[in-house]
Parts: sequence; C-alpha cells; structure tokens
Amino acid sequence: EALVINDPDFQHEDLNFLSRSQRYEQAIRKSSLMVKKLREYGIADPDEIYWFKSFVHRGRPEPLDLHLGMFLPTLLTQATPEQQDRFFMPAWNLEIIGTYAQTEMGHGTHLRGLETTATYDPATQEFILNSPTVTSIKWWPGGLGKTSNHAIVLAQLYTQGQCKGLHAFIVPIRQLGTHEPLPGITVGDIGPKFGYDEMDNGYLKMDNFRIPRENMLMKYAQVEPDGTYVKPLSDKLTYGTMVFIRSLIVGDAARSLSRACTIAIRYSAVRHQSELKPGEPEPQILDYQTQQYKLFPLLATAYAFHFVGAYIKDTYCRISGDINEGDLSELPELHALTAGLKAFTSWTASAGIEECRMACGGHGYSRCSGIPDIYVTFTPSCTYEGENTVMMLQTARFLVKSYNQVSSGQRVTGMVSYLNDLSRQRIQPQHVAARTVTVRINDPVSLVEAYKARAAWFVEAAAKNLQAELNHRKSKEDAWNRTSVDLVRASEAHCHYVIVKLFTAKLSEISNAAVRAVMTELCLLYALYGISKNTGDFLQAGILTDAQITQVNQHVKELLAMIRPNAVALVDSFDFHDVHLGSVLGRYDGNVYENMFEWAKKSPLNNTEVHESFHKHLKPMQAKL
Amino acid sequence: VNPDLASERQTASFSVEKLTAQLDGGAEHTRIRRAVVEAIECDPVFSRENQYFQSQNERYEAAVRKAVHLQKKMHEMGWTENGPEFKYIYRALSGDVAFLLHRIFMRSISVLGSDKQIAKWIPLASQYHLIGSYAQTELGHGTYLQGLETTAVFDITTQEFILNTPKISAMKWWPGDMGRSATHTVVFAQLYIHGKCYGVHPFIVQIRSLQDHSLCPGITAGDIGPKMNFEHVDNGYLMLQNVRVPRENMLNKFCEVQPDGAYVRRGSQKINYFTMTTVRISLISDEVIIPLMKACTIAIRYSVVRRQSKLKPGEQEAKILDYQTQQEKLLPQLAAAYAFHFINDYLQELFDKGYREIQRKNFDTLPELHAFSSGFKAMVTQYCTSAVEICLRACGGHGYSLLSGLPSLYTKILASCIYEGENTILLLQTARFLIKCFMAASAGQPVPPSVTYLAAVKPGKCPAKNKLDFLSPDIYTEAYQHMAVRLVSSTAAKLQDLIQSGVKKHDAWNQCTVQLVQAAKAHCHYITVKNFSETVEKLETKAGIQKIMKHLCDLFALHGIFSNAGVFLHDGYISGAQMDMVTASYLDLLAVIRKDAVPLVDAFDFTDKSLNSALGSYDGQVYQRLYEWAQKSPTNKQMSPAYERYLKPLLHNRLSKI
Repeated sequence: EALVINDPDFQHEDLNFLSRSQRYEQAIRKSSLMVKKLREYGIADPDEIYWFKSFVHRGRPEPLDLHLGMFLPTLLTQATPEQQDRFFMPAWNLEIIGTYAQTEMGHGTHLRGLETTATYDPATQEFILNSPTVTSIKWWPGGLGKTSNHAIVLAQLYTQGQCKGLHAFIVPIRQLGTHEPLPGITVGDIGPKFGYDEMDNGYLKMDNFRIPRENMLMKYAQVEPDGTYVKPLSDKLTYGTMVFIRSLIVGDAARSLSRACTIAIRYSAVRHQSELKPGEPEPQILDYQTQQYKLFPLLATAYAFHFVGAYIKDTYCRISGDINEGDLSELPELHALTAGLKAFTSWTASAGIEECRMACGGHGYSRCSGIPDIYVTFTPSCTYEGENTVMMLQTARFLVKSYNQVSSGQRVTGMVSYLNDLSRQRIQPQHVAARTVTVRINDPVSLVEAYKARAAWFVEAAAKNLQAELNHRKSKEDAWNRTSVDLVRASEAHCHYVIVKLFTAKLSEISNAAVRAVMTELCLLYALYGISKNTGDFLQAGILTDAQITQVNQHVKELLAMIRPNAVALVDSFDFHDVHLGSVLGRYDGNVYENMFEWAKKSPLNNTEVHESFHKHLKPMQAKL
Repeated sequence: VNPDLASERQTASFSVEKLTAQLDGGAEHTRIRRAVVEAIECDPVFSRENQYFQSQNERYEAAVRKAVHLQKKMHEMGWTENGPEFKYIYRALSGDVAFLLHRIFMRSISVLGSDKQIAKWIPLASQYHLIGSYAQTELGHGTYLQGLETTAVFDITTQEFILNTPKISAMKWWPGDMGRSATHTVVFAQLYIHGKCYGVHPFIVQIRSLQDHSLCPGITAGDIGPKMNFEHVDNGYLMLQNVRVPRENMLNKFCEVQPDGAYVRRGSQKINYFTMTTVRISLISDEVIIPLMKACTIAIRYSVVRRQSKLKPGEQEAKILDYQTQQEKLLPQLAAAYAFHFINDYLQELFDKGYREIQRKNFDTLPELHAFSSGFKAMVTQYCTSAVEICLRACGGHGYSLLSGLPSLYTKILASCIYEGENTILLLQTARFLIKCFMAASAGQPVPPSVTYLAAVKPGKCPAKNKLDFLSPDIYTEAYQHMAVRLVSSTAAKLQDLIQSGVKKHDAWNQCTVQLVQAAKAHCHYITVKNFSETVEKLETKAGIQKIMKHLCDLFALHGIFSNAGVFLHDGYISGAQMDMVTASYLDLLAVIRKDAVPLVDAFDFTDKSLNSALGSYDGQVYQRLYEWAQKSPTNKQMSPAYERYLKPLLHNRLSKI
C-alpha cells in the first residue's frame, strides 16, 4: 500500500475531471508501470498482486484485467504443454496481450445460445472463424476494444459436419508491431458505459478468419488432424472457476459496501443540520433516528458480507484439494450456494451503496463524494458472471432437487439439511402456523432458527406450487416458468438464512470481549432488520406473532442507539486509505467543506475565468436582443 | 420493423391512439404536442445523438447553444410562454438546455418582488440583457433553510446591504446556471439590522460584468465539478466578500427595510409558501413520470426483441418478456407509470382549485396542499427512481451501455429524490400533518376532506373469499385504507405513550420518525390506489381502454400488497390464506398484461429521438443500431495515444527477443 501511494509515478490528476479517452490512457499508463514494478519488486504471490493492483487502480477496473484475470489463467488450465510453451511466456512478458471473448451481442448468461462458429477445415488443418449474424458479434469483453492483440474466443465447434458445442480458441486479432487489426478482423470499442470509463470494452467480428488447428485449447477436448473429435472427461470441472470468480464478487460486494458506509457515516458525523432540541446547536445528522436507520443496517450488512466472502473462499480452498483428486461431491452444493449468494450480495450491496449516497443528501450526488464511482464500478456485477435472476433460479433448482430427495425419503447434507426436518414435521398433525413461536429476539442463535424456518417454508411452498403446475399437465419448462417468482423468493430466503447463520457462527470465534459485544449488536441488527423488512414472510409462515414483530421493530431502534457511539470506529476498522476511498466527504480528517471547494476549483469548466461559451453564444445573443 | 415487435402490436386489445389521446388530455393536445416535438427534432441544433460521447465542457456549451437557439425558434414558430405549445418544449428537448434557473430567477422576482422591482427586472431578464440564477442552497445547509449562514447586513449610512460569506460552509453551492453563465442571482441571506437577525431574505446580486462577463469585485464563483448527471448544467459556487447592493435590491413585496432601518412586514407570506409547494408538484410530470415512461418503453420493447434460452425444448429461444421473472420486474413499473400519471392529474386539479381559493384570500386548504406536495413529491420520486433502476437492470449487460439511454435516465431521475426538499424530511412533514389530523378527528373536530378516512377507524377483517375477490377495487382500496389508518393511529398512540411517560416532545418525535415515515408513505400509497381505481371507473368503456386500465390498476394495487405483505398481515386484517390469494391473482395478472405490454408503452408516444436509445427504438432493430452507433464513438474514430505512448514501448521492448 505504502509502496504505491508514495510512488510519484502513480500520481495523476483527479479522474473525475478527465475524459474517457484520458482515463483510459491513465489506466494503461499505470498498468504498464504496474507490470514493470511488480517484476522489479519481485511480487508474485496472487494475494499480493491483487492488493498491489487494487492500490494502483484504487479499486477501479483496468484494461489489463482480462489479460491477467482470464487470459493467463485460462492458458494455465486449458492449454496443452505445447500451447503453454508457445503462448504463456510471451503473454507473461506482455508481448501478447490477451482478453477473453465470450459474451456476444445477442447472448450472455445463456452460453449455449452463443452463435460464433469455428469450422474445422482438414485440408489446411485450420479452423475458420466466423461471426455469422449481427447478434453473434463479440460484445463487452474488457481490453478488447483497443488494448489486446490476442483473444481467447469461445465459439461453436463444427467438425465433420457436426456441432460439438462451445470451445475456446486462441485468436490473434492485431498485428504485432503496428497494432492494426488483422485482415478479416473488425474490432473496436463499444462506446461509453455507466462507469468503467477506463476499460475499453470491445466488439469483435470475424469473417472467414483462419487459425491453425493447434490454436484450439486442447487440454481436455481435442480435434485430431483428420477432424475426429475427442470428448473431454468431465464438464463439472468448469464449476470450479465459476465458484472462484463468484466468491470474488461476494468479497467485492462487502468491500464496495464498506467503502460507501465509511463515506456516509463519516460525513454524517461531520454534517450538522436542523435542530433536535429547541435552542440547542444543530446536531450531527447521525443523531437522527432516520439517518441511523438508513446507515447502520448497511454497516451490519457490510460486516455480514465480509464473513460470507471469507467463508466461501475458505470452503473453496478446502475442497479444491479434493477436486484435484477427482472428488467432486461437494462441488454442486457449493456451486449452487455461490450462485445465489453472488446474486443476493450484489443486489443488496448495489442498493445499499445507493442508500449511502442518498443519505449524503445533495453532496452525495457530486462526483467528489466518491459514491457514484463506487456504485457504477460495482453494480455491473449484478449482471456479469451470471445474471442475478438466472443465478437465483440455479440455486432454486438445487433447493427443489434437495427437497424432492427429502420427500422421497433420502437425507440431504450441508446448508440444506434443514429440509430433512420438513418430513418429520409433516408427521405431526398440528398446522404449521401453530409451532415455533418460541423465537427469542435477543438471541442470534434463535434468530438463525427463525430464518431457517422461513427458508424451509418458502422452499416447500415453491416446490409444492411447482408440483401443482405439473399436475395441471403443464410441461416441465412451462411449470418452472410459472413458478419462477416463487422459486426466486425461496432462493433469497435460503441465502438470507445462510448469511445470518454464518454471521452468528463467527461471533463465537471472536476472542476480544469488546469486539465480540459490538459484533453481536451488529449481528442482531442484521438479523432483526431483515425480519422487519420482511415481516410478511415471518407472519404468514407463523414463525413470529404480531406482538413479536412489534418487539422486533422496537429492538431494532434500540440497537441503533447502542451502535451510534461506535459507528465511526466501526468504519475506521475497515481501514481504507483516503486515496483508496477517493472521497472528499469520507476523508479521515473530516475536513469536508474546505476540500470540496479545493476540489471544485479544479473542474475543467473552471479552466478559464470566462468560459468560451460566453463569447460564442451568450454575447452574440445579448447583442441581438 | 423487427417482426418480434410487429407481432406484439397486432394483438393489442385496445386502441393505442385513443389511449395516447387520453394521456394527453384530448386528441387536440396530442396534435399540438406532436407538432412541437416534430419542429424541435427536425432542427439539427437540438440533436442529442452525440450527447453520450460528449465531455462536460461540450455538454455545457451545447446546452447554452440550444438555449440561445430556442429563443430564435420560438419566435420563428410563433410559440409564446403562455401558448399551449410551451409546456411541450421542455419535454421535446428532454431538458437538455441551459438557463432553466433563469426562469426560476424571474419567477422569484415576480412572486417576491414589489411592483416596482418587477417593472425594473423582468423586462431586462426576458430580453436576456442579464442571465439570472437562484442561490439558496449552501455547502453546509440544504433543505433546512433556517440554518443558512450567508449574511446581509444593512448599512444605514450608505443605504446598502453588505453581503458576506462568513465561513466556508456558508458558500452557495449547487445553484444551476451560476457556475459559468449567470450575471445576476437571487441570494438568500440572514438579514441583520442594527445587529439583530431577522431571518432569511432574498437579495438581487450582480455577480458578473455585463460587458466582458468577468467576475464582479468581491465575488468568487465557479463550477462545482462533475456530478452523476446534469453535465449540461453549470451548477456553481459563490462566495461573497463585502459585496454591497442598494437597499432596493432586497425583494420587498412582503418585508421591507426602510431607509431608517425599520423593518416592516406586510401582507401574508402564505401565498409565497404556496409557490414553493407548487414547484414540487410541477416537477413530478416532466422530471419523474416521463423518465419512468421512457425507461419502461425501452426495457419492454427490448424484452420482446431479446431472445434467450428456451422455454420449450425444440422451439426457438423465447422472448425474455415471456419469462415470469422478467414480467414481474417490468410490468409493475409500467402499472406505476400509469398510476402516477393519474395521480399527477389529480394533484394538478387539486392545486388549481387551491390556487383559486388562495386568490380569494382563503388559506384554509394550505396545510393540506402542503402535506400533499411534500408527501407525493417524496413518494413518487422514490418509487420512480427505483423503478427506472429496475428497468436498467432488466436489460442485462446492454442496459449498462450509455447507448441504451437507461443510465442517463437513472442518474438524472435520482437527483429528484433530493432537490426541492430531501425526501425523508418531506415525508416527516406529511406525517406531522397526518398525526395532527388524526388527533383532531379522534376529538371529533373537522379535518380536511382527504384525511376524513382517518376518523373512520373500524377494526375488521378483509372480506375476500377467493382470489377473484382481490380484483375488486373495493376490496383492495379498503385494505390500503385500513393499513394507512393503522399505521397513523399506532404511531400517534406511540407518541402519546412516550410523552405521557415523561419523554420530551422532540425526543419522542425523533424516536418515532422511522414509523412516521412509513405512515406517510402508506397514506400516499392509499390515495394513489384510490385515485387510480376512481379514474378507471370514469374512463370511457369504448376501444378497450377501461378494461386494460382496470388490469393495470389491479396490478399496481396487488403489487403493493404483495411487496409489503407484512403491514397488511400485521393485525390480521389480511390472513395468511388471503395473502396466498393476493399472490395468485397478482401473478395471473402478469400473464394477462403481458399481451398488451408493447401497445401500452407505444401509447406513451415517444419518438426514437426523444428516447435516444439503441435498445428502445420503435422498429426494434436493436443489435444493428447498437453496432452502428458504437462505431461512431470517439474512441473508435481517433487513434488512441495510449498505444503509441505506452502500449508500444511495452510490447516492443521485448519484440527483439522473439
């Protein structure tokens, strides 16, 4: 961190004042430098690289992201030794800059729908790549527009007249030396977006572009010289990468929300407004209950997501050993869980960042608050690496499958083991609504049980509705579609339960008593606030009574007052450096107003005392009227 | 036209043209609106095609150019500020024009100035001999006006006011048109005479030279820097150091400082408050509802063009609007756009009536109107902001491209949650009114008509017996009413309890604010549902319009119950079994409205130029348009210096080694 912040080479003007082209140029400059310095300092550990990178770019995307994050790793995992010899070192030395071209204009999350074709020609031993329709143009890959000279292209493989599904190919797209696009390649930038200004997301169109047979990544599937196709052994392996990337998004959700909370809470301690008590000085806006109610549940959420992110990463590391030894038994559950948690946390964090911004009033809307930037950088994760609704439905598919296993007498394990209890309950004659009113609202462990009961209730309801649609002679797909709103709710309830459970479990691991006390308050706030926002579920499922709901609402407000004295300390603990936070409102020293003024003076509109528009338009108009 | 869109239009259950006329308030209005839009859009100066590629500087310059050109255009077309065309101009420009604060400057002089001041300043302003702004908000204070810190001290010897920015937080911050354009502004400052503070008053202050536009002595002003949107507006800062203005520059219709320093108050300022409240209502249509209608148009048209995955094996990929989850995202937002269009009509009528009363010096309706404007401004802006964001997210990856039009609709509409009064504070003002009325009603005193329902507290249960019962407006309107009464009355009771137990009044208030906000929202939600269903009843039954509007009304109401189930279940008014019926009816409605989704957005009648979206165009040629437009991006037209400067050395220092 200090290495980067004190390095004059990494200094530059405030990005808010630069055009897109300039921001791209700055990012490229820093990426080039970064690669050089990483080698100089001999930094090679992935975690260290990650931190170095995130400090250089201050948490923003950069044009080499896809080269480092997708191109190189894909070479490592899917290339044959021969291919690694040919491509890996040049790519490591950045003679080859690559990207990963999967998404097309017409298809994203639904991969089977991709239309790019790679047709094998045994006569020349080449693949002929084509973008047959407008919708098949590769669209969105980062670094593709201007930076890369190679791409790993995902295309439908045709050999011996048959389609063999999606495969990956290494495709050179620009001339080494001149950087001009190669003949048959149309490539460019897709234009301005909601954020990601420093990234040249690109398009790629290929017309009868030929690459040698050896450029198909052939560690698993292969095409032999005569065109014979050799199938890969297992397709579950790709799950591993997805789990890993989605777990990164969960961590990102936690970090992004933490940054927004830091800014909003510090600013709320600095800003004074109106009066709480007649005759007294204006109070800090953080003393208003409505302001606490906006921010503290988000603070609790940020902590909750930190623990969830760490859990997934640990679990992944733990079982990736098994995976290498061919034991894939735990992978489906983890895969289903991360899909749902990726969606749940990215939705919640996006909305939370916006709430933080709104809680900063008008100044939150200025780019100097830094929150608009956090928002636009984070929010696309609701869509990339799997559209959230589709992710929720994947989790739901696993939940329904587990439910059906339980119904047919099997037991299930892991996070869904609560479904085992459903069959036992059905033996008891009493109505569902008549049980479990023994929830103790001051006890996190008891609240986990309440969330568990809610999840079970939703999974059962969705599974039954699905069955009912099937009984109405609906086709399987139709029935699924007509139940999908219920299914998404079931997944959300399941994820919510998992998060409350993980947060609660974390409490006992904290040894420092004061830290444990304040974390317990946050954990309770997270759980109780979730209930108060979803009272309908808990009432309808008969988990809580009207009177308990009233108590929950009351207790939430008490917790706000309890957390208030520690609020600033709790965001200071996230330990974001001012440079990394990139916010005038969220400065550690709280000198907000003076620095807003200093910042504004640098705005490009202020470059001249009299703006040129005066001479061009205003003066002639005034003269004429 | 893309066949996927064409087929949607063939099955419309109602006449799109008739519905458009209904929305415009008659076919004649539709004709005028289209004529204005046509005239503006065929003029290349007003084109917005390149706006997504432009820098803040370029956007600002374009907005100034458009504002200047607009004067010429209006003259050419014979449009006047009082003509029927005027209100459509802003819509046709999509607000992308400078000098909007100039109008506020003029309005504030007309409302707060004496006849003499009006006679002096208004002709100058309407001839654009000067350009005005309106400087109220400061760095340190916004909605809470009493907290403003700028001072205006009366100097009896020179008969001038001396204006000062005593500290950094007192700097004026945010006023539009002030950063670079304005020559004059109305500054709100604490008035001091003989050391005594008389509160906030308005002063006309010249800030830039009329000759060369340079800053006047004692003035520091500039642009506040980039924001999430409004790049075309030069929101500014202003610091005053011993700036002297003559005594006559204080707007003095209601209060005057006489030459000897005597402070005189005259007439009622209430009419002045009324103007402030009408601004909140007037922004709802252009700034909030129209962006939502545009977002719905873009997202729904795109959702029938985009095909993804298969619903049935062997068939072609399904339109994403055929997925229940996609319908559940978009159709409630469409219903909300209609609901708010109708509540806006209702509010306009209410305020026109109120205005007539006030002109007859009858101020009785003022508290009610104030509560209405605050509550609805907050509720509608908040609802529509999240609705636009839902539309953005429902368009997958392409929604994030600026060329979809959705990001800029979103970043613009979300400012409406803050300007003209921060929403939480506005809701608390409405809540204050509701609590007061509830107390009065409980004590048997008369209350304004819109809240008489608070008196009729009748405990009971929802009478619905099956899911079809929830398609009866009586059933769901009752449920909303019951819920609103319960939330208001329980919060009032809580407040009373706290006060009786010895908690100070203001502390008790702060402890109940979360519930108060909820109660105010519930009240506005109830009125919106009630108004929607009453409007539907009055619609003509011809051309299928009433039928489809009834479906949308049902959807809006049931969506509200479905997504706020807890407050309806809380006291058992709606039972768990009834909630299942609500859900079933709600999901059934999605499939019904699905069939008319495209005609329902076509009826909003936005031109392609006004949508300015690659995804939402009328012909549905989404992918082609996206591809062609992206190629026009400056990033593709110019060779990036990044390659020559950084990439080339990076790539080449190793080439030799290959």
